[in-house]
Amino acid sequence: MGVEGIGARVARKEDKRFLTGKGRYTDDMSVPGMKYAIFVRSPHAHAKIKSIDATAAKAMPGVIDVLDGKQLTADGIGNLICGWMIHSKDGSPMKMGAWRPLADETVRYVGDAVAVVVADGVNEARDAAEAVIVDYDPLPVVTDPVKALADGQPQLHPEAPNNLIFDWELGDAAATDAAIAAAAHVTEVKILNNRLSPNAMEPRAALGIYDSGDDHYTCYTTSQNPHLARLVMSAFYNVAPENKLRVIAPDVGGGFGSKIYIYPEEIVCLWASKRTGVPVKWTCDRTEAFLTDAHGRDHVSTVKMAFDSSNKITALKVDTIANLGAYMSLFSSCVPTYLYATLLSGQYDIPAIHANVRTVYTNTAPVDAYRGAGRPEATYLLERTMETAARELGLSPAELRRINFIRTFPHQTPVIMNYDAGDYEASLNAAMAAADWDGFAARKAEAERRGMKRGIGMSCYIEACGLAPSSAVGSLGAGVGLWESAEVRVNAVGTIEVMTGSHSHGQGHETTFAQLVADRFGVPIDSVNIVHGDTDKVQMGMGTYGSRSGAVGMSAVAKALDKVEAKAKKIAAHLMEADESDIVIENGELKVAGTDKSVPWFQMALAAYTAHNLPAGMEPGLKEGAFYDPSNFTFPAGCYICEVEVDPDTGKTEIVQFVAADDFGNIINPMIVEGQVHGGLAQGIGQALLEGVHYDPDNGQLLTASYQDYAMPRADDLPSFKVSTSNTPCPNNPLGVKGCGEAGAIGSPPALINAITDAIGNNALTMPATPEKVWAAAHAAN
Amino acid sequence: MYQTNYHRPSSVQEAAKLMSGATEGKYLAGGMTLIATMKQRLAAASDLVDLRHIAEMKGITVNGRSVRIGAATTHHEVASSAELGAVCPAICALASHIGDPHVRHMGTIGGSIANNDPAADYPAAMLALDAKIITNSREIAAADFFTGLFETALDDGEIITAITFDAPAKVAYQKFPNPASRYAMAGVFVARRDNGDVRVAVTGAGSNGVFRHQGMEAALAGNWSPDAVGNVSVDASDLLTDLHASAAYRANLIKVMTKRAVAAA
Ligand SMILES: Cc1cc2nc3c(=O)[nH]c(=O)nc-3n(C[C@H](O)[C@H](O)[C@H](O)COP(=O)(O)OP(=O)(O)OC[C@H]3O[C@@H](n4cnc5c(N)ncnc54)[C@H](O)[C@@H]3O)c2cc1C
Repeated sequence: MGVEGIGARVARKEDKRFLTGKGRYTDDMSVPGMKYAIFVRSPHAHAKIKSIDATAAKAMPGVIDVLDGKQLTADGIGNLICGWMIHSKDGSPMKMGAWRPLADETVRYVGDAVAVVVADGVNEARDAAEAVIVDYDPLPVVTDPVKALADGQPQLHPEAPNNLIFDWELGDAAATDAAIAAAAHVTEVKILNNRLSPNAMEPRAALGIYDSGDDHYTCYTTSQNPHLARLVMSAFYNVAPENKLRVIAPDVGGGFGSKIYIYPEEIVCLWASKRTGVPVKWTCDRTEAFLTDAHGRDHVSTVKMAFDSSNKITALKVDTIANLGAYMSLFSSCVPTYLYATLLSGQYDIPAIHANVRTVYTNTAPVDAYRGAGRPEATYLLERTMETAARELGLSPAELRRINFIRTFPHQTPVIMNYDAGDYEASLNAAMAAADWDGFAARKAEAERRGMKRGIGMSCYIEACGLAPSSAVGSLGAGVGLWESAEVRVNAVGTIEVMTGSHSHGQGHETTFAQLVADRFGVPIDSVNIVHGDTDKVQMGMGTYGSRSGAVGMSAVAKALDKVEAKAKKIAAHLMEADESDIVIENGELKVAGTDKSVPWFQMALAAYTAHNLPAGMEPGLKEGAFYDPSNFTFPAGCYICEVEVDPDTGKTEIVQFVAADDFGNIINPMIVEGQVHGGLAQGIGQALLEGVHYDPDNGQLLTASYQDYAMPRADDLPSFKVSTSNTPCPNNPLGVKGCGEAGAIGSPPALINAITDAIGNNALTMPATPEKVWAAAHAAN
Repeated sequence: MYQTNYHRPSSVQEAAKLMSGATEGKYLAGGMTLIATMKQRLAAASDLVDLRHIAEMKGITVNGRSVRIGAATTHHEVASSAELGAVCPAICALASHIGDPHVRHMGTIGGSIANNDPAADYPAAMLALDAKIITNSREIAAADFFTGLFETALDDGEIITAITFDAPAKVAYQKFPNPASRYAMAGVFVARRDNGDVRVAVTGAGSNGVFRHQGMEAALAGNWSPDAVGNVSVDASDLLTDLHASAAYRANLIKVMTKRAVAAA
């Protein structure tokens, strides 16, 4: 591996810039003549817009213009769309209601944009935004997804009677029902998955620049996938054709999924720049972020899990209602379907599974993928159910899981996925050893003497990452392919630039991708630059989400490196008059194996560009590109164990130990992997213990619109994590990597809730497990 | 933030004069509440009169058991005062748990009391310590000062210059923080004087702001021990129910925090 190659704990190259305040974020961008946008947003969760009067606002100092939805519609800007088609079980396509970047007739959630003010400064724009008079005719509101499906409720979109977007199923209903009818035991639970706000540290922002000379647009924006943004803005929103639109996502301070989507604001900034003739910048404030960033999760499910007399699972039946909010965001439809129901087999050999999913419109912010996206929902449901079943069956949680683990690979589940590799028992054993599971009884007794209730819980998760084989997702309704692309450019002096379609917004690609190159050619990582986030610099890309950058993005780089390596060897062989099959690359030199002949890497590169002495017929230069389309998903898996102490007087939970044993396949940089796990755990623990978006059910006002009311996890809410990995390489990509970005957020919530319910002796507890809920549940148990 | 004019007086008198000349003036102390509110455009002060550069409003003096804290003294200064800690450790501990280091280095005791947030910590201390709120025109007993949610007895333009109290023999503060804001979901300050007088002041839980709990005080006056709290009933009907906690849960917290405070005092 070398000191900087694959597997090395290399410090992050990008951190110097981030830690010294030299990061370059969208809001740092400034261009001559730039003006500022402020959006006029609906204070109502549901209303008809009767009129918009901007006369006074337009006359205010510093105001360039005030634009509204009617003008946007007149200019032919398209609707925001959901890019993954799901069909209901009756064959009908999902009911996509119109989402206008600026609402022109109806507003459907608090924060829906209705107009934009462009002014010399942010303050002038804000003053004018307050002066825009919007006359609303308020309509009744529904925020609860179960209620929204009932008759007689407020209707959000005429296309979707009873607010039903689709009623979809996966799996064999008849076989599942038959197995449940024949079961020795059936565990039934109701599972709620709370709604979350993504809270990236950097709020969203956009800078739209229209150049009338070239009829060309540039958009700086906080995106996890600039090429996808360009594609969607061109193909669907009619902002500009792709060759006339450059999208740049510079440094981006966290996304967690919320920056995958194309939001109204970047479209409006581009359009407004053309309308006003000036570059237009918008930066979200924190309140706007709470109101308008796509939220995550929000499921209501009922579960039946059937067992035979030897405690083997015979069937799983799931009915889920998923709240998608007021509009269908870009990937909203695939999250509660193909990223969720396909994972319901978990780590277990389950012969029959049936899942029914109904998605629903409500007067709330759109809901889409958030760290884990569908897989946390599946894992929480399954692992809470397993824990409940173990308690009902009188088995230890580990024993019930061991009885049901999948042990041979490949394994075809009844819900599409074909698991390629794994060793679930290895992770379970590692986690139990690290957690000193056997010593728990003594620790519990000791806590009891202090008046504390101690509990332990586990969760065995699996996720499908490395999104995704294009033909597979295409057959399931995806509107795009999920390959990745890379270019490797070796300069004449031997330094290397890698242009990747992956996008780093905290993941550390500038380090790990460089490690891949260093590993291959034995060059220092400082001689390797990773270029990403600019559609003019990077050929093509699908961006970063779904833990895909390692498995898919780096595999594309590896393929390009193969081509560079082959050509480099040809050149070196020619220079040394050797056979190319004898050339080996080591420590920055190309050597003839078994001799002392060698050419330094830089000399070979120079030869490629001077082209004075190349093999006959060879093109000059050394630059290669590749597209990589994975042949399967990857399947990271692991076991998490959480130990808690609950104060029975207050219901406060303290996490006294958290163990994570993961199987991520091969690891490029263990330090970065640990960081990803730590961050994921913090978010998962946040979901389970603290976080929750609340709307007032009567008027749809967002009650958790600031950190005064939305509880984010802080360092002192978290223990020191014990993380370890035991890795089975992924057989389906050249690097054997699986992905580690989401695991922590996927696996941790059920472990924590299982531990708390164990401590208090009451299984009825929902997330977030606030002190009051835990206190009430603990007292109900006694 | 709307446009505002900033003033930096160096005496209380000058500050009061500047305020009387302003149309919609506001005193600025640490700004931890006020600036945030202005940034959200929920407050629009025409003038800000900064109280942080007035020498007579700063600092802590301890004379025997008698304490004076200048209104512009920061939470950090209160938390880290050894002199104050020797006679009234609970107020130092209270200050050390307000917000985060940034807030504690900016926020002031005067600002906190003037703001009278129903979940703020200092108001409970003021009531339990039987403190006097000293202003540029009078002295107000803490019992008369906190008049409702974000409401005080201060007149327009009146400046808190200091607070004073005689440190009781036994004091303790126990706070159960709101998981989101970390303000008090229920905070209880207990104080017992050598003459047997007991005060139990509760913040964060009352639907009308900080209050004294007579039942607790009576029980603890008879028997100063955590056990005495067990049989006291806390009426939930006067308590706050919000997104974070019900009145019933707050009633429970009041008992638990009182018990723990007495144990710690
Ligand atoms: C992140 C955060 C966390 C916090 N956590 C807590 C907490 O856990 N517990 C807690 O109790 N508080 C908490 N606070 C509030 C903090 O204690 C503030 O310091 C306090 O609310 C206001 O004090 P200030 O000095 O900043 O006053 P400012 O914000 O400057 O002023 C507040 C109000 O008081 C008026 N005022 C200020 N000084 C005087 C004076 N001398 N005479 C008359 N009027 C005056 C001002 O005009 C204004 O109306 C928190 C604040 C933040 C930002």
